[in-house]
Amino acid sequence: MINGSITRHELNNGMVILLKEVHSAPVISWWVMYRVGSRNEPTGKTGISHWVEHMMFKGTDEFPAGSLDRMVDRVGGSWNAHTFLDHTAYYETMPADQIDLALRIEADRMVNAHFDPEETESERTVIISERQGSENSPTFWLDEEIHAAAFRVHPYHHQIIGDMTDLKSMTRDELYGHYRQYYMPNNAIGVMVGAFDTDDMLAKIRALYESIPAGQLPRTFNREEPEQRGERRVMVEREGNASYVTLAYRAPAASHEDWFKLAALDSILGGPSGPGGGNIGSKTSRLYRALVEKELAVSVSGGISMTVDPYLYTIDATLRDGRTHQEIEAALDTEISRLSGELVSQAELEKAKKQARAAFAYSNEGVTGQAFWLAYSEHIESYRLFGEYPERLQAVTAEDIRDVARKYLQPSRRTVGWFVPVESNGAEEGEDE
Amino acid sequence: MAAQPSSILSAIPGPDDIIRRELPNGITVLVRENFSAQSVIITGSLVAGAVFESPEKQGLVGFATSSLMRGTHNRTFTQIHEELEGVGANLRIGGGMHEVSFGGKSLGEDLPLLLNILSDALRHPSFPEAQVERLRGEIMTGLKIRLQNTRYMASRQFARMIYPPEHPYHRFADGEFERIKSMTIEDLRSFHDRQFGPLGMLVVIVGNVKADDAVAQVGHYFGDWLNPNQQPHPPLPPVASPAEVSYANVVIPGKSQSDIVLGVPGPSRYADDFQAARMANNVLGVFGMMGRLGKNVREEKGLAYYSYSQLEGGPGPGAWRVIAGVDPSSVKLAVEGIKVELDRMLHEPVSEDDLEDNKMNLIGGLPLQLESNEGVAGSIYNMEYYGLGLDYLRRYAEMISTLQPTQLQEAMRRYWSTDAFALAVAGPELEGPVL
Repeated sequence: MINGSITRHELNNGMVILLKEVHSAPVISWWVMYRVGSRNEPTGKTGISHWVEHMMFKGTDEFPAGSLDRMVDRVGGSWNAHTFLDHTAYYETMPADQIDLALRIEADRMVNAHFDPEETESERTVIISERQGSENSPTFWLDEEIHAAAFRVHPYHHQIIGDMTDLKSMTRDELYGHYRQYYMPNNAIGVMVGAFDTDDMLAKIRALYESIPAGQLPRTFNREEPEQRGERRVMVEREGNASYVTLAYRAPAASHEDWFKLAALDSILGGPSGPGGGNIGSKTSRLYRALVEKELAVSVSGGISMTVDPYLYTIDATLRDGRTHQEIEAALDTEISRLSGELVSQAELEKAKKQARAAFAYSNEGVTGQAFWLAYSEHIESYRLFGEYPERLQAVTAEDIRDVARKYLQPSRRTVGWFVPVESNGAEEGEDE
Repeated sequence: MAAQPSSILSAIPGPDDIIRRELPNGITVLVRENFSAQSVIITGSLVAGAVFESPEKQGLVGFATSSLMRGTHNRTFTQIHEELEGVGANLRIGGGMHEVSFGGKSLGEDLPLLLNILSDALRHPSFPEAQVERLRGEIMTGLKIRLQNTRYMASRQFARMIYPPEHPYHRFADGEFERIKSMTIEDLRSFHDRQFGPLGMLVVIVGNVKADDAVAQVGHYFGDWLNPNQQPHPPLPPVASPAEVSYANVVIPGKSQSDIVLGVPGPSRYADDFQAARMANNVLGVFGMMGRLGKNVREEKGLAYYSYSQLEGGPGPGAWRVIAGVDPSSVKLAVEGIKVELDRMLHEPVSEDDLEDNKMNLIGGLPLQLESNEGVAGSIYNMEYYGLGLDYLRRYAEMISTLQPTQLQEAMRRYWSTDAFALAVAGPELEGPVL
């Protein structure tokens, strides 16, 4: 068997396990995804999920600080973690004969992470440094302001890294409390893809994870964003050399029937997206033709994320030198009006579907990416969502695209953001000493 | 040290499963089949990089190569990209320092299309004026954006400090605003006519395609290509090690973080001590959470989100440098921490345990590196480009396992001194000295 089917198992403590055998290379990827992200953070604790993610690398009794890196790197493994709006995920991709280490690490740190006070303080400055690195990019500031304007109530309003004021004030006990509240098997999805035998691996996973007791999850912190009635506008004026425009339209949750219709719309408007979509160019998209080919912008793209709660469909453009924000907005509006007013051609629709098939094939070629998408899909709806992605796009019609354009891409449902560079005299090169 | 398990050894590409063919016009084709994937990867290069540019034409190669897919004598810009994107394929051609490189991906069935368009773009570009002007504007806006990028600006300043002005490494291949502004279509065309040709061209194909078919297709699209004017790589001017510490500060107002680049010219990939230097670099700023630098500057002092070292090791004496992003008030502390770790590497032999960890890291990482078609293609390309032999990866474990602590220390001492390096910092105005 080269590529096996996916099997889904639920341990007696509620942890969901997905296994898929892939024997094309002697490697295995193991992901553990927790159903907690910046979506679950109240004001005052923004960024806490991401900081907890950092603390998970700071050691346990079994794997003291520093030993984790050494043990994984010693066997040639690759590991990392990330925090998203809706989830926090950890992975190890290992030579197949070393996967037991990954299983042990994740089982152990699900419950035994230290959160040593000194390590917490040392990590505070690392995280502040991470935010400062992002702040060096003008688009970070624009993105932050757009989210804050688009979401007045829902926690999607803050950046995943968190607000600087919270990063300076959060305490070790708050971090540890967040960890204890959300890190438990009944809030976790474990996914393994690679060169293993399903029965043997399931037995190993049961042996390590089934003894971890289920916990009581807190009531989901979820403040529903009220309907938006009227366009919102934000402007960021900072040092910089380039101008940017972002349109952010309120979009449905991934589980909504309209989500795939908007994803198909995005493929036609901004270029292929979704799993594997980044492998395909977008120089024939409508927006590229209308903005880059017309020499209004140097780049333009669309983006829609699969999220648990309703989120955003965004269009980002970097202005060509000498062009104005107004010109870009007008050009974007013209293209959006076209989508609302007339049906896309059958050829455009077919291209989007062929691209989705190719992109899906690409996304199925690495064990790490496959495991991630399976975990992500299971969290959103079901692991089947990943496999069905191309088929769901196939089902979208030209009428569907026109209808969702009319429904979602209305000025009254959007936040418009401008980044306006102020004179900084550019980089000044100092003297050598 | 444990031997590689047989399951891993059999997955490593070698002479028995890489097909290598030389075409009469000087192109070398290497193919490895992988029918467990639906896609096929193509990667390769031409002997035509920024080393052929004169200083006053800095950016010419980047501009010329970016123009290739803007239109050919057979296809318009729109046709090129409609054909590619219509089947979910991609293709890029980019100008580097020593080579013009290309890479693409498609479903296996679309490889002929990929090669057809690659051939058309490399051999028959038309440099259409409207497209070139559009591209010029995009490049110039991109350059302006990069002037705001602290890591880019620190790296650019660093290159100017460690390489003499007559050396191509002194300049960044992406050019400068005024030079791009004044370049003509004739400049682009004449560079193409002069330097693009099949001599020394490498084409690596990996994935869902029969090797013989792939070789035949390359022959079909490139076999009759000739350019009698094509020149071999020019020799590089010599580069001296720094004689003292030099420091430059690039002030970019409004930034929250300073980027530090500290380093020296390093060994080329052909240097006898390259593997020892690479291993030393792994200990210094890679292994675990960015090696000893990560432990000191990030983990213990909490000064940076990233603090690591990088050994370029290309065809020439590429940089060996430390990179860190820190709060502007912590630049001095971070530089001190970096110097402490450099000093340790220079004066204390790496312990046997540390060396064993790092050996296992480099050897054990091969299966992951080779999991994807992209990873395999990149490895095959490097084996051919640097003349390592197609059995290089199979010999790799044995080669790495023989390295001794003294070799690492000797390599460090050959290139580094804490009394002679270049330090470039880009970010907001700094208060007080950093050295």
